Amino acid sequence: MTSTRKIAGWQAVAEATVQAMEADPKVFLMGEGVDDAKGIFGTTKSAFDKFGSARVFDLPLSESATTGIGIGAAIEGQPCIMVHARSEFLLLAMDQVVNHAAKWRYMSGGAFRVPIVIRCIVGRGWGQAAQHSQSFHSLFSYFPGLKVVLPSTPYETKGLLYSAIQDPNPVIFIEHRWLHNKEGEVPLRPYSLPLGRANIAAEGKDITCVAISYQVYEALAARDLLAKQGISMEVIDLRCVRPLDRVTILRSVAKTGRLIVTDIGHSQFGVSAEIAAMVSSDGFDFLRAPIRRVGLPDAPTPCAPALEASYYPTTQDLVNVAKDLMGRTAPKAKAPSEERESESPAFSGPF
Amino acid sequence: MKSPLRLDIYRRMLTIRKVEEAVADNYSKQQMRCPIHLSIGQEAVPAVLSAMMTHQDRVYSSHRCHAHYLAKGGNIEKMIAELHGKATGCAKGKGGSMHLVDASVGMMGSSALVAGSIPLAVGSALAIQRAGKKDLSVAYFGDGGSEEGIFYECLNFAALKKLPVIFACENNLYATYSHQSARQSVTDISKRGAGFGVPSERVDGYDLKAVIDSCTTAVERARSGQGPTLLEFMTCRWRDHVGPDHDYAVGYRTEKEVAEWMDRCPLKLLEAELLKSGELTSADKLQTENLIKTEIETAFHRASQSPQPFTPETFDDIYA
Repeated sequence: MTSTRKIAGWQAVAEATVQAMEADPKVFLMGEGVDDAKGIFGTTKSAFDKFGSARVFDLPLSESATTGIGIGAAIEGQPCIMVHARSEFLLLAMDQVVNHAAKWRYMSGGAFRVPIVIRCIVGRGWGQAAQHSQSFHSLFSYFPGLKVVLPSTPYETKGLLYSAIQDPNPVIFIEHRWLHNKEGEVPLRPYSLPLGRANIAAEGKDITCVAISYQVYEALAARDLLAKQGISMEVIDLRCVRPLDRVTILRSVAKTGRLIVTDIGHSQFGVSAEIAAMVSSDGFDFLRAPIRRVGLPDAPTPCAPALEASYYPTTQDLVNVAKDLMGRTAPKAKAPSEERESESPAFSGPF
Repeated sequence: MKSPLRLDIYRRMLTIRKVEEAVADNYSKQQMRCPIHLSIGQEAVPAVLSAMMTHQDRVYSSHRCHAHYLAKGGNIEKMIAELHGKATGCAKGKGGSMHLVDASVGMMGSSALVAGSIPLAVGSALAIQRAGKKDLSVAYFGDGGSEEGIFYECLNFAALKKLPVIFACENNLYATYSHQSARQSVTDISKRGAGFGVPSERVDGYDLKAVIDSCTTAVERARSGQGPTLLEFMTCRWRDHVGPDHDYAVGYRTEKEVAEWMDRCPLKLLEAELLKSGELTSADKLQTENLIKTEIETAFHRASQSPQPFTPETFDDIYA
């Protein structure tokens, strides 16, 4: 029997890192602050304590070069894990990720592998504002040659990160900060979850809700509320944007005939548009209603609590859209969101 | 037995010159359907550096990568096939002229993004150091590459970690048609290493002895764990930025300016010295030239006969 215990998301990250580094002594970890006392929200501390500075080391604030350096080492067969405490800093390395990591194997006719995992953390709440809160999964998924992973529960987090570190390709691994404190049952032993396979987090028959990252929790909360009103929503945890698991989505829509895509990123031009295009193209005959999207509005993230509160999509937004799809009127009373900052002392300042 | 260093350098330079001239001569046939950035005039530096390297040592290059590939011992047939877009090319037709690669000799690839491959070479050096090896890595870039921020980030990191990497800047004075003086406040690129504690030197890239001396020091420094070196080699490309022709008509530089470099052609001067000293006989010279000529003719013939890649191969080698 597999022994599991309840741990938090950040511990799942830390555990996958340590176990993957135990499994392959060539793996190393680098990033700004990975070896300091806080260790990137605790996620790198155990690896540093266990393996020391030979395998876990700090970096200068030179994201472009250090990403390329990680790529260069990875090409030499030394798998590299990089960490950005806020995903925005990864944009400074766009050329290295897009023009180099994603293309070095291709442009060499398959001569090389590029086993690099770039972890980046998406902030939310406590006034993170426009430059500390963005998730770039849709952006990076545009590029063939990259894999893009967004875990939800601690179980997914550990298994997907363990797979990402063992994957011979560049993987962008995006962690929503609020998921670091979510708890869940996680096996103690190392295990892999396949990259590119979505997970049916909860079954349903009326509506399919494809959820990404933190939105999985919002979708599951909405599903509970809808169930009380006789609406059965299936929740798919997408887990990876690239490769995109078209089959799981289409099979579900074939069953339900209705699709909502809920994303931690912008709806416009994002992965929800890609999924909608794919389903309307390959699954048009299944559809009984228009495809709906529940994501970030078309504005940068505001700082003020009053603005932030209405910026993020909520459980209630999902409930309303679901009821609309079923031809019902939404109730006037607002259901509570799955988690609000005010209810979560873990995410009060300075964070 | 390994030939003496200067003969080795001579053969590498001659090979580069002859291959590049053949590419230029055949380009108008329109069978090499990709942009070419010829290395004619810039043979000396890669020939010297590669003569001091093994196949375990790494090279990363830029869009102007032909000389780096050939000097390192990259396969000529596979290069010419690659320029012809054939499945037998060094990158199976996926890369072309700007992305020459031959992993078997440590030619790790070439980036068309100016300075883009410098960190890859530094990363390679990091891997070498972490593995406890004595190999080294060379990052080739031009004067234009020295303007990119990533170059300075790399100098800092390589110095910080004392990595076995040589920053080999081939300063041919022009970024396309823009003179260095129009782009840089201080044109002595080698002066910029000091701020990072990187031993640096500006070298006349056409003075073979100076090139050999500076490279010898840099290679020893890398292999003995003393860290990186920045070498700025003054050099000249004889042809256009891109394409097979001379470019005097463009008007950004004079024929006289290039002719002054040509008069000092290190290949010509080395050949004369070797013949004079008896290190190279006329018979050796003829034999070497004929061998290279045959190899080039075979390469062009085989490239023309080789199969095109199949359409489905577009989707190969995206992921491992």
